Amino acid sequence: MKVHSMSHLAAGMLLLLSGAALASDYVIDTKGAHAFVQFHIKHLGYSWLTGRFNTFSGRFSYDEANPDAARVEVTIDTASVDSNHAERDKHLRDDDLLDVKQFPQAHFVSTSYRDRGDGKGELLGNLTLHGVTRPITIEVSHIGAGFDPWGGYRRGFEGRTTLTLADFGILRNLGPASKEVHLWLGIEGIREE
Amino acid sequence: MWRNSANGYGLIQIVLHWSMAGIVAVMLPLGLWMTGLDYYDPWYTRAPDLHRAIGVLFGLMLLARWVWRLTQVQPTVHAATSRDQTVAVLVHWLLYFIPLCLIISGYLISTADGRAVEVFGWFSLPATMQGIDGQADIAGDIHFVLAMALLALIVLHVLGALRHHFVYRDDTLRRMLRPQIPPKPVKEQ
Repeated sequence: MKVHSMSHLAAGMLLLLSGAALASDYVIDTKGAHAFVQFHIKHLGYSWLTGRFNTFSGRFSYDEANPDAARVEVTIDTASVDSNHAERDKHLRDDDLLDVKQFPQAHFVSTSYRDRGDGKGELLGNLTLHGVTRPITIEVSHIGAGFDPWGGYRRGFEGRTTLTLADFGILRNLGPASKEVHLWLGIEGIREE
Repeated sequence: MWRNSANGYGLIQIVLHWSMAGIVAVMLPLGLWMTGLDYYDPWYTRAPDLHRAIGVLFGLMLLARWVWRLTQVQPTVHAATSRDQTVAVLVHWLLYFIPLCLIISGYLISTADGRAVEVFGWFSLPATMQGIDGQADIAGDIHFVLAMALLALIVLHVLGALRHHFVYRDDTLRRMLRPQIPPKPVKEQ
């Protein structure tokens, strides 16, 4: 009896001490393409042009009891840019825009997360794009979580942020209305068992 | 007049040669210039449209040129040495072959995502090979290298022609300027 309650106590203490360790780690489901890195930028100021990066990978960790401990890391293959026009994509990869030969990867690593309740929050982190690393803030919404029909556990978010191209050394003149690019991130992770 | 003979070129060969030379003289600088244009330049979309359309027409001319080359007699090569002869023949065949590859690579850039190539709104050339991983970029690199190779070959070709004209003083250059006139029958004395 005594031994039993002691082990319960020990387990309870461990639980208290290891709040961070309880957070689950998730692998972003790029394999099943349930994750998207999309961008949109104004064309001449008259319409929106959208595109996406097809190849990326990443992970996040999230604990509902302690959302502020959330962490995210994503690596994007910049050559996978796809705006549904091969000649434009070729130009986007060129050295006057993404310069993918010199900078084949973009990288985001979070530094902190501020939960504002109601599944909303701000993810702060460093984005390395075009060889320039800058702090950015991503507006995050928690979409949902639960078991999938195939035996896994999934959790998903959406994120939005706006980047000024010149901040990342992308100086090609695309017009006065096209200095900023908006990112929309649809991220679903599969929990690691 | 129209056909080639052992003494010189016919008018068809001459017209094809010089019109294609003129097109290359326009297309090489056009290609280099248009890829550096500012987004707001009025030529930003017009120049590539022109380049693509002229490229397709050039391809049709090249096809005619190939047919003509393979069916017509060729005038005798005036070569000082057998090495000169080999170089001249090699450069000529490369001048037939490289533009063909150049046209195909250019076509593969523009049609990489299945879009057709518009030719002045007259007709459009549909895509065939498409969706290869990195197709536009690979074809683009090849297109550039081939264009530079063509430029180098043209330099050799022109130097060769000038050497024949001014050093050897033969009719190699002249026969490409004037259709061959049938030789006058020699009067018996």
